[in-house]
Amino acid sequence: MEVGSWEFAKRSWTRAAAIDYDHWLFGPRTDPPVKIHEYQAKSVLARFGVTVPRGEVAFTSQEAGEIARRLGGTIAVVKAQIHAGGRGKGGGVKIAKSADEAEQLAKQMIGMTLVTHQTGPEGRKVGRLLIEEGLAIERELYLSIVIDRASASPVIICSASGGMDIEEVAAREPEKILREHIDPGTGVIPFQARKLAFGMGLASGPANKLVKLLDAVYKAFIETDASMIEVNPLILTKGGDLLALDAKVSFDDNALYRHPDLRDLRDLAEEDPLEVEASKFSLNYIRLDGNIGCMVNGAGLAMATMDIIKLAGGEPANFLDVGGGANAEQIKNAFRILMADANVKAVLINIFGGILRCDVLAQGVIAAVQELGVRVPIVIRMEGTNVEEGKRLLRESGLNFTTADSMGEAADKVVSLARGQ
Amino acid sequence: MAVLLDRNSRLIVQGLTGREGTFHAKAAAAYGTKVVGGVTPGKGGTTHEGWPIFNSVHDAVRETGANASVIFVPPPFAADAIMEATDAAVALVVCITEGIPTIDMLKVMTFMEGKSTRLIGPNCPGIITAGQAKAGIIPGHICREGRIGIVSKSGTLTYEAIHQLSKQGMGQTTCIGIGGDPLIGTSFIDALKLFKDDPDTDAVIMIGEIGGTAEQDAAAYIAKEFRKPVVGFIAGQTAPPGRRMGHAGAIIAGGQGTAAEKMEALTKAGVHVVKSPADMGAKMREALG
Repeated sequence: MEVGSWEFAKRSWTRAAAIDYDHWLFGPRTDPPVKIHEYQAKSVLARFGVTVPRGEVAFTSQEAGEIARRLGGTIAVVKAQIHAGGRGKGGGVKIAKSADEAEQLAKQMIGMTLVTHQTGPEGRKVGRLLIEEGLAIERELYLSIVIDRASASPVIICSASGGMDIEEVAAREPEKILREHIDPGTGVIPFQARKLAFGMGLASGPANKLVKLLDAVYKAFIETDASMIEVNPLILTKGGDLLALDAKVSFDDNALYRHPDLRDLRDLAEEDPLEVEASKFSLNYIRLDGNIGCMVNGAGLAMATMDIIKLAGGEPANFLDVGGGANAEQIKNAFRILMADANVKAVLINIFGGILRCDVLAQGVIAAVQELGVRVPIVIRMEGTNVEEGKRLLRESGLNFTTADSMGEAADKVVSLARGQ
Repeated sequence: MAVLLDRNSRLIVQGLTGREGTFHAKAAAAYGTKVVGGVTPGKGGTTHEGWPIFNSVHDAVRETGANASVIFVPPPFAADAIMEATDAAVALVVCITEGIPTIDMLKVMTFMEGKSTRLIGPNCPGIITAGQAKAGIIPGHICREGRIGIVSKSGTLTYEAIHQLSKQGMGQTTCIGIGGDPLIGTSFIDALKLFKDDPDTDAVIMIGEIGGTAEQDAAAYIAKEFRKPVVGFIAGQTAPPGRRMGHAGAIIAGGQGTAAEKMEALTKAGVHVVKSPADMGAKMREALG
């Protein structure tokens, strides 16, 4: 078996062995996005030498108390760990003056429903807390690193205005946002880090610390295949140290196959159960608030289908891309997930068959409807490879499908059916 | 005339011996494309479906005179495949593979700097010149020869646009799927420049998506120097902020890259922007009078 051959690839990844290989080439991503908590982000960064406050995660109030005691028993910060921002304002970050108080606060916080501007009105249930040492803060700075598409290079963004919404800062005072493009060949060159440090008004001691810290953050970015690292705030302590007081790290889904350790950081309790279920079948599904279920092939067409439903006066219940290489089994799984959403009053299937043949789609839909006993109206618009055969199968199935010849017609039909007309 | 690919192009398929590679090599040949061989490291010297297989792109180019390559190689090896074709000075490289890590593409972009190869994609349906040749997965039978160019971030929406044009009795010159990833080889502007210089292309359909600023950049270019009519559509007008919609590129991050921003920039540049994806063909008919 040669290195670089398909056969080699098939065996090289235990994960790859479990999936349909060609589907990996064309289908929706096989690795669901991994979102991680603050404490996990900090531990990833610390692995590369980024300085972070001392702290540990607690799942019970008792653990919280023990951690606070280990941290010295004086001032501790108790931070709710949920996958949403705005925790401070929502009451998810509290200061304890003693380990006992930390335990008391933890008792109140674990199990509470935290509502922030990012959680929606239903809020998120708190299951984990980060217990951290309290620090004397001199200044709050901002630091992030992302890929800049236009220059095809990583860019480090810094600002002296840390601790607040950076987009607001960028809109109000764009001159306060400092940027350095990083050449992947060299990594962060010390002069670039110094430029940022002095630009934020740091003295030479902390500036030298920033040189080290940026080097570490950049390494973490490249080596974990991150898509974004954001440290907000990056704090300067009264003692002159730089630490990541809060951190967000998101990863490139496409690279997760080579980071099994990161894949394990997923917290399924934070994810929509239907999205978790869809991810098991490599379906790219995102749940929304409307009542028209959509099944489409291709991300662009799926988004365009949502757009046209809205233009027709309806609300999509989801985004669902079954990918270019979907088979009958996958169509059935997709249907099951659509139907599990009780809000769905009608379904629109919009498929432009290129690789995915319309007759295969029709077979899958017919089998799914028969097996699952789907009761809501279904509008099907398909076009492309083997479309006539697909239409014939639908017609002769004896099932009550509504067909449409164009996207516009399909959207109008499904919107009126969802209204019960 | 057409852009990038025509009936004289000599195409190799990297990953020809795989299932998808085989299927689409046959489809391309059936469409009229001169498919001259394949590359699968370790299988050099064998033949597959009648095509010679080579160990390296260099070998394939030397033996077959190939000047174009289409890549059907799985994500972990795709960046390597692109760089190999670039090193062998293949003029046109079309990478279909979806799911290449961004950091790998970063290396590719750095490697390709200053070299003569044009990359299309990755994560794209490829390119088709109606009635002549295709490299990728766009179904040939939906195209017909004509005078409209298409450039699109999205695969199936490209098919939709082709289909709508055909229903309006308009054919295509070349359709280019540039891909929806954050880092891609050919931008909207690159494609528009090619269409600008092509005497056979009278007008262009441009299909964008939320995320990034490539559409805004294209709008600035169009306003400055593109005089042929352009019909534009942006997918994701109703996508909720912060959610990733399949293409890695299609994510709304803050104030950058919403559909509204893009549509406004294009409209200001004189592009005929349609709100509904069902109106692309009809709008083109209208734009051409």
